[in-house]
Formats: sequence, C-alpha cells, structure tokens
Amino acid sequence: MGVATETFYDVIRRQGISRRSFVKFCSLTAASLGLSPVAATQMAHALETKPRVPVIWMHGLECTCCSESFIRSAHPLVKDVILSMISLDYDDTIMAAAGHQAEAILEETKEKYKGQYILAVEGNPPLNEDGMYCIDGGRPFVEKLKYMAADASAVVAWGACASWGCVQAAKPNPTHAVPIDKVILDKPIIKVPGCPPIAEVMTGVITYITTFGRLPELDRQGRPKMFYSQRIHDKCYRRGHFDAGQFVEAWDDEGARKGYCLYKMGCKGPTTYNACSTVRWNNGVSFPIQSGHGCIGCSEDGFWDKESFYDRLTTINQFGVEANADRIGGTIAGVVLAGVAVHAGVTAVKRISTKRDE
Amino acid sequence: MPTTTRPSRFQEQVLAGVADIGGTLNRELPINRPTIYVYEAPVRLWHWVNALAIVVLVVTGYFIGSPLPTLSGEASDHFLMGYIRFTHFSAGYVLAIGFVMRFLWIFWGNIHSRQLFYLPIWSRKWWSGVRQELRWYMFLEKEPRKYIGHNPLAHIFMVLMAMSITVGMICTGFALYSQGEGIDSWQAKAFGWVFKLFPNSQDVHTWHHMGMWVIVTFVIIHIYAAIREDIMSRQTMISTMISGERQFRDDRED
Repeated sequence: MGVATETFYDVIRRQGISRRSFVKFCSLTAASLGLSPVAATQMAHALETKPRVPVIWMHGLECTCCSESFIRSAHPLVKDVILSMISLDYDDTIMAAAGHQAEAILEETKEKYKGQYILAVEGNPPLNEDGMYCIDGGRPFVEKLKYMAADASAVVAWGACASWGCVQAAKPNPTHAVPIDKVILDKPIIKVPGCPPIAEVMTGVITYITTFGRLPELDRQGRPKMFYSQRIHDKCYRRGHFDAGQFVEAWDDEGARKGYCLYKMGCKGPTTYNACSTVRWNNGVSFPIQSGHGCIGCSEDGFWDKESFYDRLTTINQFGVEANADRIGGTIAGVVLAGVAVHAGVTAVKRISTKRDE
Repeated sequence: MPTTTRPSRFQEQVLAGVADIGGTLNRELPINRPTIYVYEAPVRLWHWVNALAIVVLVVTGYFIGSPLPTLSGEASDHFLMGYIRFTHFSAGYVLAIGFVMRFLWIFWGNIHSRQLFYLPIWSRKWWSGVRQELRWYMFLEKEPRKYIGHNPLAHIFMVLMAMSITVGMICTGFALYSQGEGIDSWQAKAFGWVFKLFPNSQDVHTWHHMGMWVIVTFVIIHIYAAIREDIMSRQTMISTMISGERQFRDDRED
C-alpha cells in the first residue's frame, strides 16, 4: 500500500529505537492523556498494527505560531510524531516540496486516502470578496479548505484562529474571517484552541487520534476534554493566595514579589479553559502566571475583543461609550436614586399643597 | 385621610370570612372592601428570605468582582475570598431554591400568588390601569385606583425587573458555579447551555455583574414605591407584606 501505510512501529524500529523505548513512550503518552495503564498496551498494539494516518496540514490566515509551538513539543518528540506516528503528507510551511509538486500531493492524498486522512487546519478562511484576502496555490483558501475537507475523515482546528477566529476575526474583522466550523459543516471537528496551543496538547491530540482511530471525548464547545475541561484558575499554583484574599495590587508591589494571585491585575485564568497550569510551556519550564503575568485568555472565544488584558471587568462598548459593568450599573443606580429622590420631593410638595387646599 | 364609617353588607361578609375571595373576584376590578388576606404565609416568608438573600448576594458578589485589599502573611492564615465566595454560593442556593418553591406555590396558593409569573397583556382594562398608574406617577391623576394585588405598573415592573432578572441571575450564576464544580457536575449539565450563548465565560461574568446593578436599581425603586404607596395610595403596602392583610382606606368606587 505504499510508504505511507507502514506502521509507526515499523518506522521507529527501522530508525533504531528499541522496543523498550517504544513501550516507555506508550506508557508516558497514555499517562499524559489521562488514560488508564491498560491504554498503554492498547496504544502499543495500535501503533504496531495500524497503518499510519495520512495528515494534510493546511494554513489559512494565521501567523504560524501553532506550527512553531508544535515543532517544540518535548514529549512525544515532534520528530517522532511527524516522521513516524503520522504520515504528514502535506504541510506547506515545513515540507521540502513546493509549487505544483506540493499541490500534486493534495490531489494524490485526496484520491488515494478518500475518507481516511485527517485534515489539520491552522488559521482560518476570510470570506469577504469571495475569499480573495487569502490566496493559496492560486485560489482562495476557503475553496481549498472545503475541497480538502470533503474527503477527510476528521478535521483538527489548530489554535484560536481555526477554532474561534482570533485576531483576524477581531472587531471590525475587515476580511470577514471565520472559524473553520462555519464553512466545514459535515465533518467532525476537534478544536484545539490557544494562541498557540501547548505543544504537548497538540501532539497528545494527534497521538490519541492515530492510536484509537477516533476523536477524543469533546466538551460542549468541541474541545478535547482531557486538556480543556478545567480552567487555568482551577489548577493554578497561586490559587491558595486567591482563596486567602492575597492579591497583587500593582506590578512592583510586595504581593507581586511574593507571587500572590494576579486576579486584580486582570488575570483571565478564572475564565480560561486550557492546560497551561498543569502541562506548562517549553518542556514544563513555566507558564505566564508562573512568570508573574496574568493569563490573557488566548484559548477563549473572541479574547481580542474583551478589551484590556489587565482589567477584571470587561469593557462594554455601547453607543460609543466605553465603560465597565460597575461604571454603567453604578451610574444607572445613581441616576435612578436621584430620580427617586426628586420624585419623593415633588410628591411631598404636592401632598402638602393639596392638604392646604382642603 | 377619609375613613370608613358604615360597613357595607359585603364588607361584613368579608369580615365574617363568608365571601369567596379567590372565586368571585375579578382581580383587575377595582374593589370596595376594607380588609383582604392577599399574601399567604409562604409568600411572605419567601419575600423576606429572598430580600435577605439578595442583600447578601449583592454585597458578596461585589467583593468577588472587586476583592477587598490584599492580606499579608501566609496564605494558610487566611481564607477571606473563600468565605466570601462560600457565602455568595450559599445565598445563591437559598435564592434559587426559594424561587423554585415560590413558583410551585402558584399551584396551591391563592390567585394573587400567580401574579408574578405572567402579564395580562390581552386585557384592555389592565392596559388602561397601566396608563392611569403612569399618570398617577407623573402627578397627573388626583388619586390612584384600588388594587388587591400589584397595580398594573408595579406588575410590569415586578415581572420584568425582578422575576426575569432573577431567572437570568440563577442561570448565569449556576453556569459560573459549574465552572468550579467541573464539566461533569449537574450544574454544568443543567446550565452549561449558557456557554452556548456566551462561549467566552468572561461575558457571563460581565452580564452577571450587570444583573447585580439591575437588581440594585430594582431594590431602590421597589422600596421607594412601597413606602410612597403606603402613604399615598388607598391601601396598605408595607404592613401587607408582614401580616398578609391588605386594608383599604375607603370604600368608594374608583
């Protein structure tokens, strides 16, 4: 069936990796996915027997930060993933082929692995002017995306762009960029949001799909539960300071030095679903809060349009007036209170004058 | 203030407990009798428990959004935010359970217990009452009409600003609570749909916060109107929510 249908095990053995290392890899990956020890055996079996899954990786309107993150995955090593576990047939930013040669691979995969390949999408399609704001291989990206999605078995939405729209879809969204689930309507889509997503989360998702041949369990918004079912806040190592009522009040204060909770500095940890506080970044070195800065909520829908990264209360734009809930609500309550006072005054005057008339 | 001197035959019947209040009475009709039992004990209990819960929720909720100044020392020495949040969630449960019980009461309670859960927008008489009551508040009427339950303007105000907002606050509140309880909790299953409307839960925080200010505004108007009507209208107000009995100050027709 050709090179692409070798198993993962065949490939790594050919590369000189021992069976012992292979089993270790399976155990570690199963653990990182939160699966039971039995799953490690299943995983090993799957990787020994199943043909490698062809993956087409496409780029729409994006900044390539997802790819940058992906190639820095420490575990499993991205080299293993790209070269062995999956058959990354097409990825225009890192593949050797270019031009017509590269485009030919798309046709070939679509034909040869009809209904079997995975379509991974980084970035999103702009719809204005018939999609002319993103031309890829001589035609609008939105067309290419729909064309390749038609015969895919599943679609992976990498990052905030493909999942929610991200910066190019932020107000006023001049190109009318939309998340991919607005144009791909008939395929299972797994959203792996983040700007970028954590490398280990990306490879973890790929490992799961290739091992079990299906998408992992998803939450209500289409994200894999294993990485996105809890907020940054729920597993934050500074949570103790939050519960105690110990907050950083200014960037250079005593609390900042002592590592107090960044809630008052606008940390979006309490509203952000991601694995940063458990998996962390750069091979587990740190994550934003650990480095002293609040979470900006990059894996949440429309995070660019929630105004300042440093405010707890979202700015509400209405009728050109910018204010937060406290300022708007307080003003309304104040005006009503004043109105009530005036009304009470008029009532009193009226009553006294009526009484006098009687 | 005009006082009643001669009790009518109907008034005597009411006093003797003969008149069938729920059955013969058209609620919208201005009536003509001295004292009627309007708010039954469960309704009054709910009102005051609810009022207390709202005060607690507004105060603790504000301090969750804008926490108190930071505390020094070890984190293990304090649990301030924890206690504030615990109080907020407990009061939230009291409010939510109270609301459900109050709703169920409409199936056992008298006709007035149902008033908070619908608006009779099909009734011409009711709309004329709304107009008259608006004019009364704009000082254009000499005196208001008499009503056993809420007057039509108060009725609108209650349904739109108290009951709907309460439902909204319960839904958004439990949705936010489910974030801490976890994706498999019953709160997430029952109220997770809120995040379909607002995929970024930060918006739910914002609207929950705005809801608080609507309730604060409601409380201001509610207390003012209750005191004003107690003095100015032709029936009792504040004492009615304590004893349940509404006393009319005259037996004139409207």
